[in-house]
Amino acid sequence: MACVLLYYRLNLIRKCAASNPADSLGGGQLRNYHFKVSRMEAKLKHKRPRHLDLFKITQPLPAIVSIMHRISGVLLFFPGIPLLLCGLRMLLESPESFASVQAVFQHPGLKLLLVLFVWFFLHHLCAGIRYLALDLHYGVELAQARASSKWVLATSVLLTLLTGVALW
Amino acid sequence: MVKQSGRIVTGAHYGLRDWLAQRITAAFMIIYIAVLVVLITIDPPQDHAAWSGVFRHSWMRIATFLFFAALFWHAWVGVRNVLMDYVKPTAVRLTLQILVIIVLLAYLVWTAEILWS
Repeated sequence: MACVLLYYRLNLIRKCAASNPADSLGGGQLRNYHFKVSRMEAKLKHKRPRHLDLFKITQPLPAIVSIMHRISGVLLFFPGIPLLLCGLRMLLESPESFASVQAVFQHPGLKLLLVLFVWFFLHHLCAGIRYLALDLHYGVELAQARASSKWVLATSVLLTLLTGVALW
Repeated sequence: MVKQSGRIVTGAHYGLRDWLAQRITAAFMIIYIAVLVVLITIDPPQDHAAWSGVFRHSWMRIATFLFFAALFWHAWVGVRNVLMDYVKPTAVRLTLQILVIIVLLAYLVWTAEILWS
């Protein structure tokens, strides 16, 4: 709120200086300023959320994509990495171990689990590409950032569904 | 652009290095995965012999090893960030960070063993 007030004050001083450089922030303007500030304070006090309960406040879409990026990253670290290495080892070790990998993924529940991890990976990938673009200052405007977060969610879900169809 | 200020900058600057490393490893992994997906789509390996064939060439083994090294480095930066954000007691955080480093180094050795055995 201090920032808002400071911004407002600076803006007012600039406006005054533009209209009458000799009399910046004169009596009338200053009274007006104090009146506006007190009104704004009342408004802010009224509108501010009284809590930051994550289950009561709604997050904007880019924030949801961001926390999903973090959660999927942690799940890819564990149990993702050890499972991936196990899978690679069994895939390459011998024809018998290869057959056992194939047999394991015949089970529908495990197949579903695999698709779930494919989704974690694809979400992490798509959101990560979005962050790389943002770091290069592409799509940093609010409207573009919201649109790209929508695309990240949609693309990762669509690619996951396609992978699921290919597996079944 | 960042303007030069008179501010005295302190710190070890490893934050920027880690941030950059995470992005470079990410870009490398994207390229590796794209190439792998193209290779597997062109000629889908059906059995064990075909899968071992994909990883027989030493350039493929080296690329795969580098992919996993990039993955572990990337994961280290990410997990370190998560631990710094949520685990406040220094002793617990340090223990967890050391465990993560040891596990990732063990994974790296395991990866080499899988690829070259």
